[in-house]
Amino acid sequence: MFGKLTMEAIPINQPIPLATVCVLIVGIVGILTIVTWKGWWPYLWREWITSTDHKRIGVMYVILALVMLLRGFADAIMMRAQLALAAGHAAGYLPPEHYNQIFSAHGTIMIFFVGMAFVIGLMNFVLPLQLGVRDVAFPVLNSVGFWLTAAGVLLVNVSLGVGEFARTGWLAYPPLSEVAYSPGVGVDYYLWSLQISGLGTLLSGINLTTTILKLRAPGMSYGRMPVFCWTALAANLLIIAAFPILTATFAMLLLDRYLGFHFFTNDGGGNPMMYINLIWGWGHPEVYILVLPAFGVFSEVIATFSGKPLFGYRSMVMATMAICILSFMVWLHHFFTMGAGANVNAFFGIATMIIAVPTGVKVFNWLFTMYGGSIRFTAPVHWAIGFIVTFVIGGMTGVLMAIPPADFVLHNSLFLIAHFHNVIIGGVIFGAMAGYTYWFPKAFGFKLHEGLGKAVFWCWFVGFYLAFMPLYALGLMGATRRMQHYADPAWQPLMIVALGGAVIILIGILLTVVQLVVSIRSREQRRDLTGDPWNGRTLEWSISSPPPAWNFALLPTVGGPDTFWNLKRHPAPPGTAPALVSLVIPKHSALGFFVAFFAVILGFSLIWHIWWLAIVGLLGAIAVSLRHAWQAELEDSVSVATIADHERAHQSQVARS
Amino acid sequence: MNTIVDVASAEMSTGVPLSERGPAPARVVAAFGFWLFLLSDIIIFSALFAAYAVLGGQTNGGPSAIELFDKRQVVLETGCLLASSFTCGMMMIATDRREAALTYLWALVTAALGIVFLCLEFSEFARMVHQGAGPTRSAFLSAFFTLVGTHGAHVTAGIAWLTIMTAQVGTLGFRPMVIRRIVCFSLFWHALDIVWIGVFTVVYLGAYS
Amino acid sequence: MNKTSARFGVLRACAAFGLLDGCSYGVMNPKGPVAANERVILFDATAIMLSVVIPVIVCTLAFAWWFRARNRRAERRPDWEYSGRIEFVTWSIPAMIVLFLGGMTWIGSHDLDPRMALKSDVTPVEIEVVSLDWKWLFIYPQEQIATVNELVIPVNTPVHFKLTSGSVMNSFFVPQLGSQIYTMAGMTTQLNLLASTVGTYGGLSAQFSGDGFSDMRFDVRAMPEEEYRAWLTSSRAGTEHLDAVRYAKLAAPSLHDEPATFGRVTTGLFNSIVHSHGAPIGSSPTSALADGKSL
Repeated sequence: MFGKLTMEAIPINQPIPLATVCVLIVGIVGILTIVTWKGWWPYLWREWITSTDHKRIGVMYVILALVMLLRGFADAIMMRAQLALAAGHAAGYLPPEHYNQIFSAHGTIMIFFVGMAFVIGLMNFVLPLQLGVRDVAFPVLNSVGFWLTAAGVLLVNVSLGVGEFARTGWLAYPPLSEVAYSPGVGVDYYLWSLQISGLGTLLSGINLTTTILKLRAPGMSYGRMPVFCWTALAANLLIIAAFPILTATFAMLLLDRYLGFHFFTNDGGGNPMMYINLIWGWGHPEVYILVLPAFGVFSEVIATFSGKPLFGYRSMVMATMAICILSFMVWLHHFFTMGAGANVNAFFGIATMIIAVPTGVKVFNWLFTMYGGSIRFTAPVHWAIGFIVTFVIGGMTGVLMAIPPADFVLHNSLFLIAHFHNVIIGGVIFGAMAGYTYWFPKAFGFKLHEGLGKAVFWCWFVGFYLAFMPLYALGLMGATRRMQHYADPAWQPLMIVALGGAVIILIGILLTVVQLVVSIRSREQRRDLTGDPWNGRTLEWSISSPPPAWNFALLPTVGGPDTFWNLKRHPAPPGTAPALVSLVIPKHSALGFFVAFFAVILGFSLIWHIWWLAIVGLLGAIAVSLRHAWQAELEDSVSVATIADHERAHQSQVARS
Repeated sequence: MNTIVDVASAEMSTGVPLSERGPAPARVVAAFGFWLFLLSDIIIFSALFAAYAVLGGQTNGGPSAIELFDKRQVVLETGCLLASSFTCGMMMIATDRREAALTYLWALVTAALGIVFLCLEFSEFARMVHQGAGPTRSAFLSAFFTLVGTHGAHVTAGIAWLTIMTAQVGTLGFRPMVIRRIVCFSLFWHALDIVWIGVFTVVYLGAYS
Repeated sequence: MNKTSARFGVLRACAAFGLLDGCSYGVMNPKGPVAANERVILFDATAIMLSVVIPVIVCTLAFAWWFRARNRRAERRPDWEYSGRIEFVTWSIPAMIVLFLGGMTWIGSHDLDPRMALKSDVTPVEIEVVSLDWKWLFIYPQEQIATVNELVIPVNTPVHFKLTSGSVMNSFFVPQLGSQIYTMAGMTTQLNLLASTVGTYGGLSAQFSGDGFSDMRFDVRAMPEEEYRAWLTSSRAGTEHLDAVRYAKLAAPSLHDEPATFGRVTTGLFNSIVHSHGAPIGSSPTSALADGKSL
């Protein structure tokens, strides 16, 4: 009746997961109680949960990312603490069965549910605004994509309290991840949660690509799009091309695990090497999916706060698309040590280095954007400068490991860990935080507290170096990754320093929460009345903060890049604007929420082999989709009066400031 | 679907480049998005083709391709699918002309051909399993069943979709939303045909080389 | 400000490098020609790249500071967004570095290919390696003995490894001797190393393989030729015999295995392990086929 699920799945005798789950349950119940007591459900349901507005969905993605950052970082602190303790004969406080789940969850959560969620959230929020249009190409699908991602998040977190998570690392290499060596439900939680959220990500990729290529304001040719839109285009093309590889590969592993197939098993003719090739065929484009939007954020931030156009627009675009294409040609550098031979290794090593060329070009272009500018050192600029300094170091260690014989002694060591955290934190996280701070006023109508924002930056910056420079050293000393304990006590001081760095980053994360609370409470002091708090250059700053549901009363006509900047310098004569017309906006839709609801049921029951419940989940998802298919009215109309009122209010606020 | 004011229709041939005409109309947007989805689906198939290529020789001491495949059946399956692509095209013409009865007819024939295809394929699978050549026998067979089976699953989903579209024509009529979806369906159905050409070539013809 | 912390970070990295000289374990303290050559590559490549990275970091901080809004002395160029000359340079510099490093990559990949035999007048010692859960088995096919978690080799003698796994993927790695290589069931990989100094060096698995992974440590003892011969003789005197039955017991998951020696090994044991594809020997249908993939 309940498949493999028994009471033993609940970790009664494991204090740490038990305590965490109890705290989480109390917290969630608490929040739900407050929401119910205050009567917020109708508002939340109508305006957020069933919203098809890209701005709302973007915000929800970012909230999801920040919440999962707390979970993923808790895993990180636990790992660092364990390693600070477990030197020589000491065993630490986390036995291997738990430690192995923690580092697997850490990687999975950080990549999929923090990194991806954050950049997709930012792209969702910003793209239609920068492109001068009213929403993304497929608003209902947008909601479905978000909720499927949330479903994946839910499943991963349920594994904390019911069953276990994968103990294989975040990529679950076979044969370790096959049933023979991982008979528990952990790998199944991993696979189903990522299959579900992967579908959501693919839908997002299709949506945003279509938006960028088919929905832009009149006059906005490709050469007049902001660079953020170009990097978003590259990232979303990569999503469409790469995520299906992940889906297919996980499907093959699931077939091995559930039906006894032999894709990657040791016996029957299976080939684990093929898994590694396929998974990195996805995995390498994945890291560019994460970092390209971050590059786009920095292009916007540096140009805006230097008061200058971005230097070398065309070569930035070419560099972006070059990175996009090249990212598919380097995957073997993740396993030089698998024995492919000198010619193959050298080819992929050289291909990897070639990517450093367009990346280097971007860095130089950012430098020359600052050159001759008038730079304001706001919090986003702190992130940008911290990024350039940190990312070039990380890039350097990456190119170092792209030389196969160097990789032969550094592969899978803590040096590798330090490298990819160097580029992911320095690139993706710094970019996400910069974007968060930069576009926050547009989303909510007031700026974040600036001083606290800088404090957050410094905690991340100093904390990062303290946490990861020792890891470079340890890797060179022969320390490998995923160790639960180590024999050489000489490594312990460096591990302790690393823990110190992690604690400083933790302070930074907590300060982010504090900053949010303080900013909300004192928001009147930092109201963005004009919609243009930073003296921006692109179209999102030409409308109110927050924008109305329809974004633009009239779609702007674009004559060149940096449209809004030019408009400010050469404003249109009054009275020349065309008359307002009534508009249609997408209706809100519960499809996304319910599809995800049934997806969770489907995923959970497949994990626990509760077949009848799986059928319920599948049929439920099909049923809600069919119901949506017969929904004839998908749009609401907005009257001219409503639009005119909003425009008038916005203009008078602009005039006053 | 997106609901932007259709600027494009106002200035069709004024020499303004397509990239500068503003947001595209809804049917263009829908078809383009569906093309992107089809491309992603083809990449899933590419990964399965790659797996088949790598594992094709791993018979684990069991039967190999040439011992298992029935040429006649494969030709019949191919014929059914190709014919169904033709009938799908006829259905599109009927839809274009807003002729409901003909739409239903050609939809029925298309679905029927698809069902015949599936029956043939299912019988092939059942025969192989009965012979001890099921997907768990060897890596080659795992790859075969998955690649061909995934294509079959897509055909099944396509037939279900066709049924739903027929019902939508019946209940909602030929409104723009329904037409867009039928266009997407036909793209899907033709793409499945193209994938089958790949399967036919790599798997079945490949066995004889 | 920004300057201090960034320099602090770079200095910290340098200091860490400096700390490494006296340590017992690592890549920075090579005890063989393979590791030594790899260390040279690490240093050279890093130095080449630092020649660009350090000026870039300095320029970033310098430009940011000089062109800050409140600096009245700075010359502003608010519309300057293109310069062909600068573009040429910014594409050329990374391209040249990549060209140089690319050459290093091509040459280094071939010279240090793990499969390539090392240049030496001495006859290589053959060792067959099997990674198990969670220990290492070393078979000496020429000597017909085997050890667990202890690798004894003669100094200044090339060692040719053939490696496989008796379970999941692992990676055989002795940092002070050089390159690592994956071990995979059903396949053999190859590695060539040489210890140029007498001593004991730490070995480990560098590919996560499950709950006992952190305990997959072994010592590599490089000793003079005569001592090695003596060790061989005393090992052959051991009573333990490693045959299929004993191997099956050994292959069962275990932790904290003490170093052990087998005085006799069944001929062809390694090949049957490879053909068993990680299953108990003789139980897999493929054991009848000679298809142990060699890499």
